[in-house]
Amino acid sequence: MLTKMIPEIGHFALIIALLMAAVQAVVPLAGAATRRPLWMAYARPMAAAQFVFIGIAYACLTVSYLLDDFSVATVASNSNSLLPWYYKFSAVWGNHEGSVLLWSFMLSAWGLMATLFSRNLPRDMMARVTGILGLIGAGFLTFVLVTSNPFARLLPNMPEDGTDLNPLLQDFGLVVHPPMLYMGYVGFSVVFAFAIAALLGGRLDAAWTRWARPWTNVAWAFLSVGIALGSWWAYYELGWGGWWFWDPVENASLLPWLAGTALIHSLAVTEKRGAFKSWTVLLAIATFSLSLMGTFLVRSGVLTSVHAFANDPSRGFFILVLLAITVTLSLLIFALRAPRVSHRVGFGWLSRDSLLLVNNIVLVIMTVTILLGTLYPLILDALGLGKISVGPPYFNALFVPLTTVLALFMGLGPIARWKRMPGRELYSRVWLSGLVALVLGALIPVFYGPEWNAKVMLGMILALWIVLPMLRDLVSRVRASRSVVVGLKKVSLAHWGMMLGHLGIAVTLVGVTVVSNDNVERNVRMAPGDSTEMAGYTFIMEELGERRGPNYLADTATIRVEREDGSHFMMRPEKRLYLATGMPMTQVALRAGFTRDLYVAMGEDLGDGSWAIRLQYKPLVRWLWLGGLLMGAGGLLAVADKRYRRAPGRTRRAGTPETATPSEGAS
Amino acid sequence: MAPLIRWLTAVLLLACATQAVGDSIEIRDFDSPVQKERYRDLTSSMRCPLCENQAIGDSDAPISGDMRDRVYTLLQDGQSDTEIINHMVDRFGEYILYNPRLESRTYLLWGIPVALLLGGGVLVVLVVRARRNASTASLSASERDRLDKLINRKRSP
Amino acid sequence: MKRRLLLFLPLIGFLVLAAFFYYRLGEDPSYRDSALIARDFPAFDLTTLDEPETRVDASLLKGEVTLVNVWGEWCPTCKQEMPQLLELEDRGIRMIGVDYRDTRKKGRQFLNQYGDPFELNIFDPDGDLGFDLGVYGAPETFLVDADGVIRYHHTGYIKPEDIEDTIMPEVEKWRR
Repeated sequence: MLTKMIPEIGHFALIIALLMAAVQAVVPLAGAATRRPLWMAYARPMAAAQFVFIGIAYACLTVSYLLDDFSVATVASNSNSLLPWYYKFSAVWGNHEGSVLLWSFMLSAWGLMATLFSRNLPRDMMARVTGILGLIGAGFLTFVLVTSNPFARLLPNMPEDGTDLNPLLQDFGLVVHPPMLYMGYVGFSVVFAFAIAALLGGRLDAAWTRWARPWTNVAWAFLSVGIALGSWWAYYELGWGGWWFWDPVENASLLPWLAGTALIHSLAVTEKRGAFKSWTVLLAIATFSLSLMGTFLVRSGVLTSVHAFANDPSRGFFILVLLAITVTLSLLIFALRAPRVSHRVGFGWLSRDSLLLVNNIVLVIMTVTILLGTLYPLILDALGLGKISVGPPYFNALFVPLTTVLALFMGLGPIARWKRMPGRELYSRVWLSGLVALVLGALIPVFYGPEWNAKVMLGMILALWIVLPMLRDLVSRVRASRSVVVGLKKVSLAHWGMMLGHLGIAVTLVGVTVVSNDNVERNVRMAPGDSTEMAGYTFIMEELGERRGPNYLADTATIRVEREDGSHFMMRPEKRLYLATGMPMTQVALRAGFTRDLYVAMGEDLGDGSWAIRLQYKPLVRWLWLGGLLMGAGGLLAVADKRYRRAPGRTRRAGTPETATPSEGAS
Repeated sequence: MAPLIRWLTAVLLLACATQAVGDSIEIRDFDSPVQKERYRDLTSSMRCPLCENQAIGDSDAPISGDMRDRVYTLLQDGQSDTEIINHMVDRFGEYILYNPRLESRTYLLWGIPVALLLGGGVLVVLVVRARRNASTASLSASERDRLDKLINRKRSP
Repeated sequence: MKRRLLLFLPLIGFLVLAAFFYYRLGEDPSYRDSALIARDFPAFDLTTLDEPETRVDASLLKGEVTLVNVWGEWCPTCKQEMPQLLELEDRGIRMIGVDYRDTRKKGRQFLNQYGDPFELNIFDPDGDLGFDLGVYGAPETFLVDADGVIRYHHTGYIKPEDIEDTIMPEVEKWRR
């Protein structure tokens, strides 16, 4: 009996959670405004309660999927009794309703974490931060309940069985990619809340930035990994071997990532040096606003995309209202309360401050460029100026030079000193790295890859230029210590995090340039016994066959791939026909490796016993995503640094300079 | 109008589903590697008129196949890239170009990033010049004091 | 005060953007006009569906306002569109069909089964004319004026209400 009520329990829990969120929003904010400690004290328990009740709702929905309760509309249209349990589990967020619930759940989790880990925050700050998170939570919960109720029932006409999860989503990539991405998007709500709280409290000092930094790093780490996973998934699942399409939905995830990257760096400047205060606040607002805008673009149907959710203008309207309220209010507060004149913090031409300024400007230009390219067709269309498309050629044309500029300054940033440093000193620190980067970068493409290529050379030089100065800096630090271990231990975790993050960028940069320029692709006609050579591998078609899968028929090919040294392995691509839908699909054969991937896909039966086969050699393609993982690891490592969790009460001697030595991390 | 077309596109050709069917794998003989490269560039920079958002080189839709065939034929005829692009645009409209042509309505699309880059450069110069002579003290003593207090504040009972 | 006004810039920018978003809600982003509007009907030299020996060309479209409907047996929505096409014929509009990417046998079968409102069907088995018309799916309908210039394009299936709402007014407009 009780199991039949699970969806209602979930629904009620969601309503209660909305009420909790409303209380969490109103009472602590009012308390902070009127200085009433009791009201402010509502913040923490309400955040916990909201988390618990959304958790119950989320658990109820998951149980409904696991128990195959097809009277629930979302379960009926996104699951099936034959679906393996782990896909039932992930099917919860494989659709609009469930994914917004997951989004809200994560938001409440971030909110709870913020209250738990910020116990040494001033009470009014805490109250404001929690209240703002409560407001956002209340907005999203209203959205869920009003337009996207995942518990809506199909009674009394419940179907016998569900229509099944889209086969495309029955995949490990889709199990992990959305939660990571959402954690990133939602995570930026915390730094947003800190920024607004600081504006409301009129305390735009270094303190809020220090509190906000670890949260930004964690959200950014999740988003980095989420984007990398999405790219990886598209690569192996979509069957074209592409890994980034500059599709509006992909761009929507890149926007907050770029703004978040800028934010991480500007937070560093504001915390260490007290400069760029208003700018940092604006970036914090922009980063979260771009996350919200991404949600709007993906779910409202105003843009055409390969990955968009089922579109519904009424939902689009609701999100637009949410977006408009959030962004308008926060930008209004910003315009009214941002400090008009900050006292001038000075720095010279050559200083970490000025380099981070350049970093921020380049990242913002990148963000605006993507925003422009993504929305330009929409704007032209709205103005009646016709239909155009903006795609990969446009973005590539602009991103190559922008990335080059960014990378040039990235080489200098980590080793530069705050305030100012003599040109001679900077030069002495980098000349060798620069020279080595130039020479190695120019030589590597000569010995490696099919032919010398200027773009590969540029990519290599830039990647080396990012890494080598950091490496030299690390070596010189270790040398200055008694032993290697002591030297390495002296380097703070934050600095390690920064180095990993920058290394990640360099690794991704190498992957992108090499796979874009040295990729070899060949479409060949192959019958059993035929062989073809490509990039040092010999592909021999051993046999063609047929196979019956659980819910499909497949034409199969067995291809023997021989290396130059005579060793070999097998690759088995398939072309499947799914019986239920009558849909054909290619199942690529993929041989992954650190230095290259081999990618084999079956095209059409050419009739004479041979098939069209696409062979692809993708050098260093794994580096793309490896870089993303390194960035994620870097972001998390930086948070583990003890300066972020200094035990309350263990006061540092007053007057200890808070400014960093050049060694201290800026990431 | 709008829902109709959406419905239509949905019904018409499921071949545009995101998952590749493999129909875009064709065997073509090119006169030279340069021609092959041009074919690849052209088919990857034209948008399938039917699909949600795919280049004709990646798309399994029949119309994309027709368009690839046409690009190939025109290449074999010795037409230039511009001629081929014009040929396609004459039939399917500017919409199919992923690389929008520079014209009055796209001035801003190309101009804004360039302007931003120049403006950004000027901004850096202005900011640093203004700050170069300001005090290089970082946080003021009182600010630092306050920061320490806030960070290390004992939990309020 | 000047600087304070500067701080309002992000807000203004966002509001402009939000207005665009609002304006585009519910619109179909993939809808667009044909590239051939106000241009001559493309030249062609093809046979008719009924008579493999009879060749026709673009002069066929001159002299009278004509609706050119691109269809194919393989296209499910073409079947649903047929009643509307018959109705348009009843109203005295000259209709020409383009049997697009089809076989003669299937094309004829289709007309036998669902009705034939067309004065003539141009048989386009390889989709050459379709390609020159920028057709990317069927059905698509072009309105050609008496001078053989394409004046209006209807993507997809003509719904019953489209006859009064769009097709007839366009026909009247170009008849004059």
